[in-house]
Amino acid sequence: MSLSPSFKRSLWVFHFNAGSCNGCDIEIVATITPRYDPERFGVRLVGSPKHADVLLVTGPVTKKMAPRLRRVYEQMPSPKVVICIGTCGQSGGVFYDSYNLDGPVDDVIPVDVYVPGCAPRPEAIIYGVVTALTKLERLAGGEE
Amino acid sequence: MLTIEMILMTVAAAVVLSVLGIAFGLLLLGIDRRVSARMQARIGPPLSQPYIDLKKLLSKENIIPENAVASIFNAAPIIALASSLIVLLYLPIGSMMPVLGGYGDLILVMYLLAVPALAMVAGGFASGSPYATIGAQREMVSMIAYELPLASIVIAVAWLLYSSGITDPFALSSVVANPVWTMVGPLGMVGLFVLLLTFAWVSPAELSKIPFDTPEAETELAGGILVEYSGKNLGLFTVAQGVKTLVMGGLAVAIFFPWNISPLLGLTSYAAMAVDAIFFFLKVIILMILSVTVIRTGLARFRITHVVTLFWVYLGLAGLFGLSLVILDSVLMGGF
Repeated sequence: MSLSPSFKRSLWVFHFNAGSCNGCDIEIVATITPRYDPERFGVRLVGSPKHADVLLVTGPVTKKMAPRLRRVYEQMPSPKVVICIGTCGQSGGVFYDSYNLDGPVDDVIPVDVYVPGCAPRPEAIIYGVVTALTKLERLAGGEE
Repeated sequence: MLTIEMILMTVAAAVVLSVLGIAFGLLLLGIDRRVSARMQARIGPPLSQPYIDLKKLLSKENIIPENAVASIFNAAPIIALASSLIVLLYLPIGSMMPVLGGYGDLILVMYLLAVPALAMVAGGFASGSPYATIGAQREMVSMIAYELPLASIVIAVAWLLYSSGITDPFALSSVVANPVWTMVGPLGMVGLFVLLLTFAWVSPAELSKIPFDTPEAETELAGGILVEYSGKNLGLFTVAQGVKTLVMGGLAVAIFFPWNISPLLGLTSYAAMAVDAIFFFLKVIILMILSVTVIRTGLARFRITHVVTLFWVYLGLAGLFGLSLVILDSVLMGGF
């Protein structure tokens, strides 16, 4: 996998809701408002997984969403990173013992960065994206 | 007669102009994003952001969907870029006459402008995704819609040159040599101004920008025509978009603002050409900000039915109104 240095100045983000309560999704929308303006670092929210470098997953993965999440992940062109937003995606959160869960997220697709919180603040989400960048750089350097 | 040197010169000029066109087109996209960000009280990306995006896209995996028609799917971005570059070769840049000027005129430019959009439509249909298919259908509808106002502008300009007894009224070199504003009375002035405003509304539609980005509609069509494109192909489409922006600005400059700055400064030869080229690019930047960036930041997207109504009824009428004012003016002036 080769990684050009321009990669970290141009991260395009695709947002996937895998059964979230919408709390994290609202925080993601808050992150792209002019107050935080991630576009100054080249971060853009895109509409198609084919255009994306980063997959933001919110919510515990429900049984119906699991195959869709897998397909969206496979549709993204590599190199790619997955960021799991919110407590639900890490442990199931308040839905941890639900009969309808196929998650958490890392049971379905490989996750690179976790951003905990219910819901995480926009600052936390930006920090998560930056952490994902350093992970990408390590990958490019040949470390695992 | 065509000599070897002439052909070589033309090819060299075409290559240089293409490289310049791509570089400047991407810069235009960067300026557009920056100004739009400032209008929303944001800092915005650096001017070099489109170059960075392009470099990243070229380094990414290029996915071709299983149910796509691979040959058309891969050819579409190349045709889009090539045809927008060819239009550039037909446009006069400052005091430099068009490289291919002897081989085509305004009518050809009008048809060539439709080719990138057609390539995108073909690519959309070939990608085998329902989103891309809807996007391609919408692109065709808006193409049909904005041709009428654009045609009325071209007809008005050609009429004006023809009625003043200029031999080659459709050639871009004679359009540039005779600024349209100097050939009309007050009534024609009003008509030309209406046509200028019509052109300012056709440009964002030609470039698929908000409020006319219905074919790409990110929120409901997930990128529409471009939904299945990734990596290198998406990068080529970005470049084509930049060159197209430059071409639309260049066409507006050639028709409505063809004045050069070098006679004022008393320059000649190559210095004049360079200064005029810089002046030309400045004019393109200003026109692009006014007719693309301000409109796209200030408005929301039209529905596809609204696009058709707007272009066929309101802007179509505006174009014909401007055209009839120009004709009326030249009849009253006794030019015909």
